[in-house]
Amino acid sequence: MSIEISHVGKRFADFVALDDVSLSIKAGRLTALLGPSGGGKSTLLRIIAGLERADTGRVEIDGVDATRLPPQQRNVGFVFQHYAAFKHLSVRRNVAFGLEIRKRSKEEIRRRVDELLALVHLGQFGDRLPTQLSGGQRQRMALARALAVEPTVLLLDEPFGALDAKVRKELRDWLRRLHDEVHVTTVFVTHDQEEALEVADEIVVINDGRVEQVGAPDDLYDRPANEFVMRFLGPVTQLGDQLVRPHDLQLTTDGGDGVPGRITRVTRIGFEIRVEVTTADGQPVTVTLTRNELLALGIGIGTDVRLRIAPNTPTPTLPPTPTLAPAH
Amino acid sequence: MTSTTLVPDRPAGDRRPARAGLPLTRVSGLGLGVAMVWFSLLVLIPLAAVVATAAEGGWAGFWRTVTNEQTAATLRLTVGTALLVTLVNVVMGTLIAWVLVRDHFVGKRALEVLIDVPFALPTIVAGLVLLSLYGPDSPLGVNIANTRIAVFLAFLFVTLPFVVRTVQPVLAELDPEAEEAAASLGASRLVTFRRIILPSLIPAIAAGAALSFARAVGEYGSLVLLSGNLPMRTEVASVRILSSVENDNPDSAAAVAVVLLAVSLAVIVFLDVIQRRVVRRG
Amino acid sequence: MADSSIAARTPVGRRPARHVLRAVVVAYLFFLVAWPLYLVGRNAFADGLASFRAILTDPDVTHALQLTVVIAVVAVVINTVFGVGISMLLVRYDFPGKRALNALLDMPLSVSPIVVGLALILVYGGRDGWFGPTLEAAGFQIIFAVPGMVMATVFVALPLVIREVVPVLQEVGDEQEQAARSLGANAWQTFRRITLPSIKWGVIYGVVLSLARSLGEFGAVKVVSGNVLGDTRTATLVVEEKYLNFDKGGAYATAFLLALVAVACIIVVSVLRPKEER
Repeated sequence: MSIEISHVGKRFADFVALDDVSLSIKAGRLTALLGPSGGGKSTLLRIIAGLERADTGRVEIDGVDATRLPPQQRNVGFVFQHYAAFKHLSVRRNVAFGLEIRKRSKEEIRRRVDELLALVHLGQFGDRLPTQLSGGQRQRMALARALAVEPTVLLLDEPFGALDAKVRKELRDWLRRLHDEVHVTTVFVTHDQEEALEVADEIVVINDGRVEQVGAPDDLYDRPANEFVMRFLGPVTQLGDQLVRPHDLQLTTDGGDGVPGRITRVTRIGFEIRVEVTTADGQPVTVTLTRNELLALGIGIGTDVRLRIAPNTPTPTLPPTPTLAPAH
Repeated sequence: MTSTTLVPDRPAGDRRPARAGLPLTRVSGLGLGVAMVWFSLLVLIPLAAVVATAAEGGWAGFWRTVTNEQTAATLRLTVGTALLVTLVNVVMGTLIAWVLVRDHFVGKRALEVLIDVPFALPTIVAGLVLLSLYGPDSPLGVNIANTRIAVFLAFLFVTLPFVVRTVQPVLAELDPEAEEAAASLGASRLVTFRRIILPSLIPAIAAGAALSFARAVGEYGSLVLLSGNLPMRTEVASVRILSSVENDNPDSAAAVAVVLLAVSLAVIVFLDVIQRRVVRRG
Repeated sequence: MADSSIAARTPVGRRPARHVLRAVVVAYLFFLVAWPLYLVGRNAFADGLASFRAILTDPDVTHALQLTVVIAVVAVVINTVFGVGISMLLVRYDFPGKRALNALLDMPLSVSPIVVGLALILVYGGRDGWFGPTLEAAGFQIIFAVPGMVMATVFVALPLVIREVVPVLQEVGDEQEQAARSLGANAWQTFRRITLPSIKWGVIYGVVLSLARSLGEFGAVKVVSGNVLGDTRTATLVVEEKYLNFDKGGAYATAFLLALVAVACIIVVSVLRPKEER
C-alpha cells in the first residue's frame, strides 16, 4: 500500500505549486506533509487522490500506475478540511455512500456503518443531519465515510484546520490511536509543526513546491537538513554564527567558559521563561528556561551571565545561510 | 497553538490561487457542444438573421428606415419614456428595497409578493390590469387609455421588480457596523446614507436601472390594449416592428429591431462590466 | 435573519420619517399593482360565474388553454435540462468564450418579444427563412405552427433556470462532489446523488418562474403563431381577441385565470424560499 511519487510537477497559471517532487510514502505508516500555506502540500495530496492532475511525473499507488486514473478508480479515502459533508443525507447515509456506490448488500452496509459509527463514537447520531453535528463530530463522520470503503490509502487535507484548539487536540490524539488500530497507510497535510511532530510516524517538509526533508519527527527536529526545516519545526535563536534552539542554551553566573552577555529582558509565557541576553558583541540571544531553573540561578534583568550550548545537544548546529539551502 | 515558529512570516491563509474551473472532459465537452448548437439555433442564428436582414439594404437603407417620420417618432417615444421610467424606478425601487429590508410591519410579506407580480403576470394581462383602474371604466374617474401616459404607466408596471430585486439583497448584506461607525463619528442619518450606504448600492442600482431600461424599450404586450397604438402618438418600437412584419415588410422590421438589439447588447455589456467591478472590489 | 438584527440596532428615533417612507411605498404599490389587480378579479366575477362558464364551454378557449399548458410544459422541460446543464458547465468548467456565453445567456431577458418572433421568422419562416424552406420541404413546419411557438417560449424564458441555479452551485462549492468522486461515484452518480439534491431548491424556483413566464408569453408567440383559431392560439391571445371583440367578460375571466396561476407561482416561490435559507 505504498505510494511512489516521481518527478511530479504542477502549475496554476504562472504559479508553480509543485516543482519536480519525488517521494516515497511507506505502507502502513502515518505520514505528515508539513509546510507553510501555499507551499504545495495540499496540491500534492490532491494529486495522490486524483482530484488534481499532475502536469508532469508519475504517481504509483500500491504498485499500480495511478497517474491517469480518475479519483473514483483509485480507492483512496479523502478527508477534507471543511468536511465536505453531504448536507442532504443523514450521518448514516453519508457513511454508507461509498458502499452504496459499490452496490454492497443492504445487510453488509448496515453492519459496516454500525461498526464505523461506533469506531468514531457517533453511534447515537446516525439519524441526524450533518448540520446538527459539531465541527469535531462532522470531521469524525467524514473520517468514517472515508474509511467505509476500506481505502488503500487514507488522505487527510488539514483535517483539523477548521476546528478550535481544544477539539483539535482531542482529535489529534484520537487519530493517532485510530491509526494504531486500523493501520491503513495514511497521509495528512498540516501547517502546524506541533501536530506533525505529535501524530506522525514520518514527516515530509514541503516548501515552495519542493521537498525540503523527509524523516522521523525526532530526526527532523534534532537533525534538520537546512535552516528552513530547523526554523519551521521549532524556535530558533542565533549564538555567534550558529543557529540553536533556545532550550538547548545554558546560562551560568559562575564564570567559566561561554559567551559573556547581560540579561536585557525576561518574559514569562506560562510554564516557560524567555530570557533575552545581549552578548558583549551586541548580539541578542533568546534562551528559554523553566521557572525553577530561573529561580535556582537567581538572575534577573541586568545580571551578567555566560551562554553556552548544552553538552548533550543533538543538533548539529547549522551555520546560518544567507539564503535557504536548496532542496534535494 | 502553543509552539512558536520564528520563520519569517508568510502571508496568512492559503496562497494557492483560487481554483479556476476544471478543463473540459469528454462528456462535459460534448454537453457544451450540444448546448451551444441549441443556443445557436434558438438565439444566436435568429438574432444574426435580424442583423443580416437589416444590413441587406445597406447603411443608407437602414438609415432611411429608422429616420422615417413615423419610425423616428416611435423610437423617440419608446426611448424617452423608457428613460423617464428608469429614473422613477431608480428612486422608487431603491426606496421600496429600503423599506422591505429595514422596516418591519404587518403585511410586508404581501408587499414582497406584489413586487414580483409584474414579472410573472402575462403582459397582455398586465395591460388589462392597468386598464381596469386607469381605463374608461376607472373607479377613480381617470381615463388615460390611448395616451402617452398609458405608455409610461405600462412601462412603470412591467419594470417594477428590477431595481427592487437587484438592490434588496445588497442592502440586506450591508455591514451595519459601517453605519454604526459613521454614526459614532457624528454623521447624521442622511449623511450616513449618502456617504456610506449609497456608494455600496450604486452598482446594484445601475444594474437594475439597465435591466428596467432594456425591458421597457422592448415592451409590447401590456400596451396592446392600453395605449391604442396610435401612429405618431402612442405607437412604440415593438408595435412598429410587428406592423412591419404583418405588412410583409421584414426588411424595415429588421432595421428597427436592430436598434432595439443594440440597446439590449449595450445593456448586457454594461451589466457585465458592473459585475466585474463589483467582484474586483470584493 | 440579518435584517431583524439591523432593525433592532437602528436608533428608535426618527419614527415619523420611517412612517412616511412606509406610507409612500405602500401607496405606490397599491395604486400600481394591488388595486388594479383586484379590479381584474372583480370584473371577472362581475356576472358571477357566467363569464367563466362561457369561456370554459367554448371549445376554442379550452383548446387554447390546453395548448398553452402543453407549450409551457415542453418549454419548461427543455429550459430545465438545458439550464441545469449549462449552469454546471459555467460554474464548474473552464472553456474559451465562457465570459461571452455567460453574458449572452442573459440576452433573452432584455430582447423585445417582438424581436424574438421576428428573428425566428427570419430563420425558420417557411417562405423566405434561412432554414425554413428546407425544413418545410422535409415536412417540418416551424413558423405558424406549434414548434415555433415552443421555440419562442423557450427563448424568452431561457435564462430563468440558469439565473437561479448558478448562484446556488457557486454557493454549494465542489467539495461534496469531490468527496463523492473520491468515494467511487462516477460523474452521473455524483450529479444525481450529490449535486442535484443540493441545488434542488434553485432548480425548483427556476422551474416555477419559467412556468409562470412560459404560460404568460404573449408577444413572441403572437408573431410566430399566426393566431389560427382553435389551432395555434394560446390563452394570452384569447385575452386580446376577446377584449378587442368587446367580449370583456371573457377577456377578464381568461385574464383572471392567467393571473391566478402567475400569482400562485410567486407565492409558491416566496413560501419555499425562506425555508431553504433557514
